[in-house]
Amino acid sequence: MAFVQDTPKESFRLSMLIYDTRYRSITIQVIVLILFLLFLSWLVNNTIQNLAAKDRTFDFGFLGARAGYDINQTLISYTNDSTHARAALIGVLNTLLSAVVGCTLATILGVFIGVLRLSKNWLVGRLMTVYVEVFRNVPVLLWILLAGTILSETTPAPSAYRVTEAMQAAGEAPKASMIFDDSIALTNRGINMPAPMVDNGLGRLELGPISMNANVLAFLIVLAAALWANHLIRSHAKRVQEETGIRPTTWWKSIAVIVLPLLVLGWWLGFHLDYPRLTKFNFTGGMEVLHSFTALTVALALYTAAFIAEIVRAGIMAVARGQSEAAFALGLRPGRTMNLIILPQALRVIIPPLISQYLNLTKNTSLAIAVSYMDLRGTLGGITLNQTGKELECMLLMMAIYLTISLIISSVMNMFNRAVKLKER
Amino acid sequence: MQEHISYVRSQMLPPLDPPAGEKGAVKWLRENLFSGPLNSVLTILGLLALYWVLSNALPWLLHSVWNANSLGECRQIIAERWGEGATGACWAMVKARWHQYIFGFYPQYLYWRPTLAFCLLFVALAPVLYTALPRKMLWFTALYPALMFWLLWGGSVWAPVMAMAGFGVMAVVFKLVSARFGVIIGASAGFVAAVLWWLLASGPVTAALQGAIPLGIESVDSDQFGGFLLSIVIGITAISASLPMGILLALGRRSDMLLVRTLSVGFIEFIRGVPLITLLFTASLLLQYFLPPGNDFDIILRVIILVTLFAAAYIAEVIRGGLAALPRGQYEAGDALGLDYWQAQRLIVMPQALKISIPGIVSSFIGLFKDTTLVAFVGLNDPLKGITQIVRADINWKGIYWEPYLFAGALFFLICFGMSRYSMWLERKLKTDHR
Repeated sequence: MAFVQDTPKESFRLSMLIYDTRYRSITIQVIVLILFLLFLSWLVNNTIQNLAAKDRTFDFGFLGARAGYDINQTLISYTNDSTHARAALIGVLNTLLSAVVGCTLATILGVFIGVLRLSKNWLVGRLMTVYVEVFRNVPVLLWILLAGTILSETTPAPSAYRVTEAMQAAGEAPKASMIFDDSIALTNRGINMPAPMVDNGLGRLELGPISMNANVLAFLIVLAAALWANHLIRSHAKRVQEETGIRPTTWWKSIAVIVLPLLVLGWWLGFHLDYPRLTKFNFTGGMEVLHSFTALTVALALYTAAFIAEIVRAGIMAVARGQSEAAFALGLRPGRTMNLIILPQALRVIIPPLISQYLNLTKNTSLAIAVSYMDLRGTLGGITLNQTGKELECMLLMMAIYLTISLIISSVMNMFNRAVKLKER
Repeated sequence: MQEHISYVRSQMLPPLDPPAGEKGAVKWLRENLFSGPLNSVLTILGLLALYWVLSNALPWLLHSVWNANSLGECRQIIAERWGEGATGACWAMVKARWHQYIFGFYPQYLYWRPTLAFCLLFVALAPVLYTALPRKMLWFTALYPALMFWLLWGGSVWAPVMAMAGFGVMAVVFKLVSARFGVIIGASAGFVAAVLWWLLASGPVTAALQGAIPLGIESVDSDQFGGFLLSIVIGITAISASLPMGILLALGRRSDMLLVRTLSVGFIEFIRGVPLITLLFTASLLLQYFLPPGNDFDIILRVIILVTLFAAAYIAEVIRGGLAALPRGQYEAGDALGLDYWQAQRLIVMPQALKISIPGIVSSFIGLFKDTTLVAFVGLNDPLKGITQIVRADINWKGIYWEPYLFAGALFFLICFGMSRYSMWLERKLKTDHR
């Protein structure tokens, strides 16, 4: 590079735009930019023409209009008088609920399967291999459809739980009965199970447009405080262990500090369970988990677990054998070796591909359409789109929301990845 | 010392059998299944799980019925043969409807056309998959897409010929221009010429030729496609088209040029951030807005384009991983030899990067093939949801659910498992590190 100054100054010729590497990249970029802008303007121009030809406008005003349809699973209050925007929000929340539950289940299951697949136990290893291969090589849609069909077609209708007077007189039992001490009923619509209720609740907390259940909030605050106290106890134990070599027993302190405040809070609020009861047509009371949610979430979790298992296996195999041998030489038992030596090191290999599995699961929740679960695609991209005919706006908004969710997940997980990454020079 | 030894054995004793616990099945069982308390518990749990699955599935499978006209008849036969309350699989459904699972609503008397296309597919794939075959066969591979299109959709023979002629135009213009103005200008000019040919010339020329020499076979509509025919057509086309596109995107993402890099990153991140299903809806709902008015082309083609874009973004990321894994010295070696960018990529970088990325590429392909089932949501009859829905809506097979899903699932399993095994074989074959 020292020769650059020595090169004779030559006059600029037009051909240098192509042949001179100093200018060529600029030339190429200018051409690419022009082509890209031409393409964009072509698209926009077409869109404007098409919209004009169909007498349509491009505006998001419909989001403020009355939605007029019901949604069978809502995490926050919603009636058919609410706006399309709120329906979309319900959809986003349902998508997120399914994604969060699915990711949690898939991680637990995936880690188990991945570890078991490496176990020395021949039978268990083979069984897990079969699980992984079967789930990986079949479309996820199959698992969702199958789960949905089995749940809705093999379970009894609510009427099967009915005991009529004639049946009582004849001493007949109903066709179906609730499980777990008459607390959970499996019907062809969903799973009816006890719901947590409070007698003297704190009411709702109104914060502008957001309305929050104060009981849930109180519970979360107490839980957070308890976990913080537990964290203090554990870090104290760690300090003592580092100073004296003896770790004080913490398990009973942890249990007390986490469980007791919650018990007191529950007692103060008058916590009890509301059991589902069979009324005229269906079960009332309690909590109904729709089969559409269960089928989607469980199927996605089972499918993704197979991929996570492979990632976990690869991660564990990437940890040098000497590490576990060293741990055994120090006298650590296999369980502790796994927890203290292997998994922390494997985690660094595992996390990046794990992020993309979480992303995949979240995106795959859009298959909710197969079991009619009302997620974002079911509300904004489904009924709202069909009712208002605003295809362009709905689709763009939906893509933007999915994109935002994906970017948030990947940035949060990447932050976590940076935190656990091996710190090198 | 000598006098203390009263007896010295002068020949070797034959070795004894190991103790009963240290040989044969007992040893294997002890080492592999019952080496400790935890292992024993796992084994017992595993056996219980196996027993539970088999005790439910085996009688059901053993009581299969292959000849019946409806689910009711199946159940009747099972009840007659194995007594009241016995359950069994009713594969008669598969026997009655297999052709829909494979071909959808493709006219029955034309089944030979997709079958022939499928067989020729292997002839076209062979030189790509097995390097031992003569290289001349690649010409057939290059011509195959047009042939497949013509066999499947039928119609005038001139449409695919003229579409292929576009590539001929591209090659001729590239040859002529690049000889004078260099590769970049040549490639651009060739591309522009080909696009102009496809947009402006090929239509009238096809019509003229068809008028002059009417050559053609019966045409089949897109809505008659279905089942695995549809999955394979979408899958194969998207796979073959997404690989070159993915390579270009990956190179774009690693380019020094800011604009090219930004565009590639934007495209890849956008496609990877949204679910495939929204792209499919784009194909079915939005494409009509983006294209010139009155331009309403085939839904399968639209889906293929969007699926290809989707796959290309994923392939690009896999190949980027391969490129990143390549030692810096390889790039420097290319520069030292005086190769230009494309020569270095073609001769040094890509072969190695692609080899590293084989597992990733194949799993992308498997994912893509599995994702072709999602076209059911834009109204196409995929083998899993579309066809199964049709079968289950038939009054004869109402209430059947395990069998159709198992059948479709098993076919998918065979294809995907086969692909993953092939990739493992290829990986072993191409392995050059002598460890």
